[in-house]
Amino acid sequence: MEPQETQIPAANSVLEQRRRQVATKGNAHGDIACETKSVAGSVSQRACVFCGSRVVLYPLADALHLVHGPIGCASYTWDIRGALSSGPQLHRMSFSTDLAEMDIILGGEKKLYRCLVELIDAYRPKAAFVYSTCIVGLIGDDVEAVCARVSQEKGLSVIPVFSEGFAGTKKDGYKAACDAMGRLLGTGSTEGISPHAINLLGEFNLAGETWLIKDYYRRMGVDVVATVTGDGRIDDIRRMHGAALNVVQCSGSVMHLAKGLKDKFDVPFIRVSYFGVEDTAKALYDVAEHFGDPAMMARAQTLVREEVAAVMPELMRIRKDLAGKRAAVYVGGSFKAFSLVRALRMIGMVTVLAGSQTGSKEDYRELEQICDPGTVIVDDTNPLELCAFLKEKGCDLLIGGVKERPIAHKLGLGFCDHNHERKKSLAGFVGMLNFAREVQSTVMSPVWQFIPRGRPASQEGDASCSP
Amino acid sequence: MLPVKEAGTTIAVATQNACKACMPLGACLAYRGVEGAVPFLHGPQGCATYMRRFLIGHFREPMDIACSSFSEETAIFGGSADIHTGLDNVAKAYHPAMIGIATTCLAETIGEDMGLMLHQHAEKNADKASPLVVAASTPSYSGTHADGFHAATCALVNALAETDAAQAGRADVVCFPNMVSPADLRYLKEVLADFGLCHVLLPDYSETLDRPIAGEYERIPKGGVPISAIRGAGAARASVTLGSAFRPGQHPGAALLAKCGVPSLSVGLPVGIRGSDLLFQQLEDLAGKPTPEKHAAERGRLIDTYVDAHKYLYGKRAVVYGEEDLVTGIASFLDEIGVVPVVCASGGRSGGMAEALSATVSMQRGDIQVLEDADFVEIGEAAEAAKADLLIGNSRGFGLSRRLDIPLIRVGMPVHDRIGAQRIQLLGYRGAQALCDRIANAVIARDQERSEPGYMTM
Repeated sequence: MEPQETQIPAANSVLEQRRRQVATKGNAHGDIACETKSVAGSVSQRACVFCGSRVVLYPLADALHLVHGPIGCASYTWDIRGALSSGPQLHRMSFSTDLAEMDIILGGEKKLYRCLVELIDAYRPKAAFVYSTCIVGLIGDDVEAVCARVSQEKGLSVIPVFSEGFAGTKKDGYKAACDAMGRLLGTGSTEGISPHAINLLGEFNLAGETWLIKDYYRRMGVDVVATVTGDGRIDDIRRMHGAALNVVQCSGSVMHLAKGLKDKFDVPFIRVSYFGVEDTAKALYDVAEHFGDPAMMARAQTLVREEVAAVMPELMRIRKDLAGKRAAVYVGGSFKAFSLVRALRMIGMVTVLAGSQTGSKEDYRELEQICDPGTVIVDDTNPLELCAFLKEKGCDLLIGGVKERPIAHKLGLGFCDHNHERKKSLAGFVGMLNFAREVQSTVMSPVWQFIPRGRPASQEGDASCSP
Repeated sequence: MLPVKEAGTTIAVATQNACKACMPLGACLAYRGVEGAVPFLHGPQGCATYMRRFLIGHFREPMDIACSSFSEETAIFGGSADIHTGLDNVAKAYHPAMIGIATTCLAETIGEDMGLMLHQHAEKNADKASPLVVAASTPSYSGTHADGFHAATCALVNALAETDAAQAGRADVVCFPNMVSPADLRYLKEVLADFGLCHVLLPDYSETLDRPIAGEYERIPKGGVPISAIRGAGAARASVTLGSAFRPGQHPGAALLAKCGVPSLSVGLPVGIRGSDLLFQQLEDLAGKPTPEKHAAERGRLIDTYVDAHKYLYGKRAVVYGEEDLVTGIASFLDEIGVVPVVCASGGRSGGMAEALSATVSMQRGDIQVLEDADFVEIGEAAEAAKADLLIGNSRGFGLSRRLDIPLIRVGMPVHDRIGAQRIQLLGYRGAQALCDRIANAVIARDQERSEPGYMTM
């Protein structure tokens, strides 16, 4: 799709209070504004503190996850993410204290206690997490005390997660989740852990991605102690301080835990991404380099060579279809955006807009660096802004989550789901091929020919965001 | 496979796998059925995002919900500043005719005085042509998404309907359709028009949530009941409310009667012949004419379908779950075709479902279990004990359907695992026809799949 003639620049769709949260590469004056509360009345695509905690801890499959609050928060997060478990499936249940009017008036502590006791008796979890939702703090429930009491009575860790939704952004929820896991650190035996053992952090086993990555490391001769939190287990977190290295993906969500492990247990960490051929290869090489073992490096090189050879021919065929097509990327965490820009480049596509819900200044600087000049960079955007930029830049594809899908489709653009609800593995070398196939299946579909385009000016009513 | 709890243990307090969503979600859906309206949540950002995700996943249509985006300061000092900024920003970006506010549990718990805030906002903007603002009180802890839907519908009636003589004669009938699909809303409008009745459907998201593609992202999707029509509703000859599970003060027909003296007629959600007959009878009386031939013929074809399907369905045992009115309507329909609704379950707790069911279902036909305020673990246990043959309800029953290895016929909301949820029809003779075909074919397909020779005839 070619850029359309426009009279009013898309920048005019940006609310005044948000002007500093949007920049164009090559045109920027200083840092983009970010890490602020969403502007009231802007239809932010962001979630909340609770969401951040819930998504990080959710894949811990042998834990009980109890949402303390009215029903909404538990109902909206029941089994919506594709984090797989090779064993227990307790994480896929949605448990709530389902507070009603009288509980709000009288306090929810008694109900929380009774819920915890009966659920622990019924499901025998390895640990329990209690998520505080917005009103729990307001009505003054002492969640910590209830958790301590149940811990003592039932003989397992019952851990409060301070995730009141309004008290920050999703990022603060990541931190609350890491604080909760932090209580488990160092409580297990590290006996029998090999010197060439790592932890995988920020890998959530969507569509089995953790298993794929673990297998790459196994082939290199590297053991994995704990995966945080994809296919995760409580006992693994208790002993993860025995690993030699933390390999952190998706830096936003579990960086806090990696830093804690470094400070408390002196375990170093590196940042990686398993998205895209280049990034995956770099991750494996970086780990091999860390151990300084030439044999391991040789195995990594062989692995990369074999895996790349297996996917390259088809990738190149798909690239012929996609060369020169234009993409926009709007995702939750900015680290994923970096990988996406590189992966899109590999299949011949140009990124014309990149942004995230929760990026930091450093993230946006890095993003700007890897993008081409003219790329629009946005923090915490909203549907009207996004669609104005999509039209102005002329796109063929939007990559985002469920909430962004109708924006792309209504404009007649392809869409690729890159959030945690997806059911297809996009990690590693195979994942790159899956990604390319998915992009091809949407960008090259014949359905777009039927989308009405270029309506006469007289019809450009106020009701649409068309510039 | 989802875990099953230890034998001998009971869960009496906790809710496991909820069979409901929260109140403001229903309110936002109702506001989406008003022309030129933008739903607005007074509360934290996460609520708006979760509800958008839920509704977008179901309708596969844009669903912009603005939000005052509470922060910690808001929770301490109140949300007055965020309301003013938020309303101003929505007015600037969307140019709406109306902003529909739904409160969240957080806003209600800190004791936000919406009346006062909106009054101040109106005063501040007295010199500008600012959008109309309507607010409903919808704290999550006070009910389900269905209750929120009704609360917002009543808020619209209370805020807008007028008895003004100038409006007289504009509408014959106001129809409160309940929380049904866009396809069902279109059907109701067609029926009302075929009767020659000038009507107001409140709310009406038949177009806003099932839009033809335009190559544009519409700020506010076209369609919805015009605000002027809601105003005129106060001068209508009568209202017809579909459904009966309303909490006190949330019956929209009663609200219109109380405010403007419009006589209120009620029928259950019209699923099946008997339920639809009740509706058509009311419309015949209002229009003073018999049911148009088109619909009489659909009724005839429906009975013909019942006959074609009856042997495959007789004695089958179904579990029906979802919003209370949906469950009551479907159970009544099943009772007509020989399927026993062995478990009728809802996460709602209006308290009237058992009574409504006993009025429409021949309860003596079998042991029919009615579960109010139920979750999916309770529904699963009841389904297993009842040796159910099929499930009828939203996509959240999929895990149960897989565990019990019985088919799931998807109706209601959410349907997050199939496309076309906005076009699932239930209401009237046409809806029952579609539902009867789907249920019979699910049973037939199952027998066919299980047959060893794999015959291709019936």
